[in-house]
Amino acid sequence: MSKKYCVYICTGCGIGEALDIKDLCGVPEEEGTPVKTHEFLCSADGIDLINKDVADGTNSIVIAACSRRVNYDVFKFDGCVVDRVNLREQCVWSHPRSEYPALTEDQKDDEEHFDSLQMLAEDYIKMGMAKVEKINVPEPYKGEAFTKNILVIGGGVTGLSSALDAAKAGYDVTLVEKNAALGGYAANIRMQIPVKEPYDALVSPMVSDLIAKVKGSADNITVKTSTEVARIAGEPGDFTVTFKTPGEKIEFDVPYPLPDDMKLDEKGNELPVEELHAKYLEYNEGKADILTFDPDGEKFGAVVLAAGWKPYEPAEGEFAHLGFGASADVVTNVQFEEIAKNGKIVRPSDGKEAKSVVFVQSPGQGSDGDFEYCGSVTSMVSLKQAKYVRDDYEDGKAFVIYQHMRTPGLSENFYKGLQQDDGIFLTKGDVTGVAVNGAVLTVDASDTLLGKEIAINADMVVLATGMVPVTKDEAVVNLAYRQGPAFRDIDIFDGYVDSNFICFPYETQRTGIYAAGGIRRSMTIEESIEDASGAALKAIQCVESVNRGVAVHPRSGDMTFPDFFFQRCTQCKRCTEECPFGALDDDEKGTPKPNPARCRRCGTCMGACPERIIGFADYNIDSIGSMVKSIGVPSEDDYDDPPFRILGLICENDAYPALDIVGLNKMSFSADVRFIPVRCLGSVNVIWIKDALSQGMDGAFLLGCKHGDDYQCHFVKGSELAEVRMQKIGDALASLALEEERVAQFQVSIDDYDKLPGIINEFVDSVIELGPNPFKGF
Amino acid sequence: MTQNKEAPKSGSILVVGGGISGLTTTLEAAEVGYEVFLVEKNSFLGGRVSQLNQYFPKLCPPTCGLEINFRRVKDNPNIKVFTKAEVEKVDGTPGNYNVTIKLSPRYVNEKCTVCGNCVEACPVERKNGFNFDMDSTKAIYKANDMAFPSRYAIDSSVCKGSDCNKCVDACKYGAIELDMETKTLEINVGAVVWATGWSPYDATKIDNLGYDMHQNIVTNMMMERMAAPGGPTNGKILLPSDNSEPTSVGFVQCAGSRDENHLPYCSYICCMASLKQATYIRAQYPDADIYIFYIDVRAPGKRYEKFYNDIKADEKVYLIKGKVAEVNEVDGGKIELVAENAVTGEKVRQVVDMAVLATGMQPNAALNKLPADLVYNEDGFIVNDFDKGGMFAAGCANKPADVVSSNQNATGMALKAIQTLVNR
Repeated sequence: MSKKYCVYICTGCGIGEALDIKDLCGVPEEEGTPVKTHEFLCSADGIDLINKDVADGTNSIVIAACSRRVNYDVFKFDGCVVDRVNLREQCVWSHPRSEYPALTEDQKDDEEHFDSLQMLAEDYIKMGMAKVEKINVPEPYKGEAFTKNILVIGGGVTGLSSALDAAKAGYDVTLVEKNAALGGYAANIRMQIPVKEPYDALVSPMVSDLIAKVKGSADNITVKTSTEVARIAGEPGDFTVTFKTPGEKIEFDVPYPLPDDMKLDEKGNELPVEELHAKYLEYNEGKADILTFDPDGEKFGAVVLAAGWKPYEPAEGEFAHLGFGASADVVTNVQFEEIAKNGKIVRPSDGKEAKSVVFVQSPGQGSDGDFEYCGSVTSMVSLKQAKYVRDDYEDGKAFVIYQHMRTPGLSENFYKGLQQDDGIFLTKGDVTGVAVNGAVLTVDASDTLLGKEIAINADMVVLATGMVPVTKDEAVVNLAYRQGPAFRDIDIFDGYVDSNFICFPYETQRTGIYAAGGIRRSMTIEESIEDASGAALKAIQCVESVNRGVAVHPRSGDMTFPDFFFQRCTQCKRCTEECPFGALDDDEKGTPKPNPARCRRCGTCMGACPERIIGFADYNIDSIGSMVKSIGVPSEDDYDDPPFRILGLICENDAYPALDIVGLNKMSFSADVRFIPVRCLGSVNVIWIKDALSQGMDGAFLLGCKHGDDYQCHFVKGSELAEVRMQKIGDALASLALEEERVAQFQVSIDDYDKLPGIINEFVDSVIELGPNPFKGF
Repeated sequence: MTQNKEAPKSGSILVVGGGISGLTTTLEAAEVGYEVFLVEKNSFLGGRVSQLNQYFPKLCPPTCGLEINFRRVKDNPNIKVFTKAEVEKVDGTPGNYNVTIKLSPRYVNEKCTVCGNCVEACPVERKNGFNFDMDSTKAIYKANDMAFPSRYAIDSSVCKGSDCNKCVDACKYGAIELDMETKTLEINVGAVVWATGWSPYDATKIDNLGYDMHQNIVTNMMMERMAAPGGPTNGKILLPSDNSEPTSVGFVQCAGSRDENHLPYCSYICCMASLKQATYIRAQYPDADIYIFYIDVRAPGKRYEKFYNDIKADEKVYLIKGKVAEVNEVDGGKIELVAENAVTGEKVRQVVDMAVLATGMQPNAALNKLPADLVYNEDGFIVNDFDKGGMFAAGCANKPADVVSSNQNATGMALKAIQTLVNR
């Protein structure tokens, strides 16, 4: 695009009072770029001014006014490249003239005094001009093939519901279930917990109704039972899926990446790329590589993963203190359900009526925790199963011994209903042991509401063991991705395919694949059905976004995507390995193959690339690099005691808004820092920092999100990867004879605005302490 | 293989309530490609969660996710936001609803640049409801720093109007219109999602817990504001009586919840909220004693249980199974909590500097019935009828829930609304 530039400077909101606007206009003028000022640029009159220019061909616009977070709707010019220079919040509002005085006439050009605030504003305008020169209007990515069909993995309550929900919204769905019959665990239960009035009676399982509805929707829903997913290859909108019979070994079974220890030679060095590939082929013998697509594969646009959970299987002797293993009449809740489903509650040991049953909610032994993988479901299941005993036997007795009765929200009503039943004894207590005396089980408990120490004789004991997500031990989703077939980092969720984000519960590191139900968290049937709707929506939203060529959350609607200049790729594989979303698959040489529809546009690949061959239309190595280079670095040639210059690369999602709030609250911080917002710290390429330092800037720092298990980075890994890169930059600095303390990274939250001035000033002071960068002036 | 490049079916969705659930429904539906009208009665979006300091169990600020959501709203031309707006009437059937929306005057138009000159000029102070009246703002105010839309509003109940006119004179941008009038807007939509949220249960109704009798008793929502950087004490947790630092804090769980006289149900979030608030206190006061009186600690699931275990490991956090029955003021402002230890049967009397009542959530629809043909349960939660379709409740309008579950639910309701449009 042929660019016609113009800079617009707003003088409202205190900008005109604080800055010498005439001088500021000199910055673009010096470059031959037209500049216009307006006292109220966001007004209709101001916008009119810009629109007239746009009509006359201006298409590359720098708006030097307020933060880009406000007036987003008025400073929107279709087809134009626009940069918003934040003169208000991050210049004049956070650098009051009382602290950063303007120069008197005598001080001007005396080589001693300088106007820090004016210099700050001038730099920001230069940076904005440099940016619009280097960026372009993005065009959406459109893949060659596209389908909207939705694949649902798992034919239990969640999968059935998801399939129905997606079909009802007009999408074609394929539902796969590895078992011969639909229904999953819910098909094996006697009754369900009530979710509405009356709460004192159990309700019949609704799964048969769901199955009937799915079968009745044959036009939109294709059901494949006794089928599992061998692999899912490709990208959202164009996944190629191979199905197989469970247990079968086929060419399109998903290959696994080489384990790390197999990548090394005897000396512990990584093997050359050819050998690695040979080993990988050997390791995955009989399987086609991920880049070979199954010609008979079926096409899908997005996937709902509803493969569910499996009952916790106690290890041998694990609950010996509870008699588990010693007596056949001590069972898990799942085993008990099976008995209940088959008829009246009878003892497994002798088939006799079990009229006195103790339900143990917590394994005890010093802990008040429930069994592993429990959640509130197991509390409610114990109550439900207690009710079975009462429904089966008029003189039946059920004891539920819990540490915490977990019936949150409206499920409390069910709990309350059971409290009215005088055959159900509910007590807090610590079950210390179960003694097996022939046919009699004696449950000892202490600290109960019924007494300090109690002993209950029972026919049966039921342990409220948990629901283990199937993803704990298996990949299940079997992605033909170079990073591997499974979801990454789910160990922090104990194997659940959960989201780390409270606000965004369906986020996964695998675009286009949305988990629901018991695979995500222990959920009741009701909760699973609800969750299924959400996951179906996300799957639909993903295919529609791909259809429009735009990104999904968190950069929803972003039309840019990473562009690779492959001629210069050195096959280092860093982009493929570091992408938080596994968007890249490299070939046998290590050349990355992008899958733009898997990409979330964070730019982590761009930050990782040592050859700097990756960029986006409106965000690339050159655009940020040019901004850095446009920062003025005064030296002793300019002033006797020149000011320091420090680069701040900041996360635009959290640090940038926090800095705006600093300005809004008229708090102040050093005027020696120049901020550049980045999509994510993961996109920060160390070249920008090296460039800054080699042009004489005195230090650089990164402001980004918290990492660790409770990471706040919207792109999962960005701030963590940046930290690793910053640690490695020390060597590069040492080779330049610069102290590594000149570079730092700080973790901040969006609400840390009260701490930000302190963090910034402290770093600036520490750099001042080190002295000026010796490269200054060269 | 299908090669279907057509856009989704047309039709609009109305979302009532701009809290986290309503925002979620709005965004999730709009990002599929549907037009969404979002109606919020306050002058800003974000709702109840914008008053929270942090979310459990991550201890991350709600403004982080809100900021992303606001950006999604800004970037999406499918979304039309109305603040200071309330639904007055809904007529029609699934697929075809005529909705009347009342737009109350904000008295500040879109020319506002939030420069703040009006605030300096305004002579009238008002109690700051956003901070539960623990501080004040001027009559022209912005609810919080991150408020979206970023624009001031005038509280007409205290503003002196054109007789004063000081803000009008101070505004260089002609943004203040003291004669702005209430407007009515009629729209036609295919589906309505009610995300009308909840209010903290009125603690003054719980006579035995002495909320309005003793200064050093606060509610859990007040504690959120006290701990928040933008709160009345700039994030410092202090005793309301004299702004001194507490050495001990007692949490009273189920303040109103699980109680036939008040809210018979469990409010879902209060256990986790108090555990979270224990971390606020610990972060500021490493030596403070923290007492939590509970019936059950409802920290279900691995993630919540882990959080609970971390709090339990703190030697100065004392968890006592017992419901607080009585509260007295002793020793000039200290609070005595009286409970029966449910396990030992002993009567426990614990004196603390400050007590926090873990008040529960009451659906707003229980306080003000909505102007539409909806079915409620006994407690005022809206019961969803998916067979009928057309109108749905999302988030805490539907049931007590934490933020994660509300967002899950709200995402699902976006699909239910879309189904109505597709099948009409």
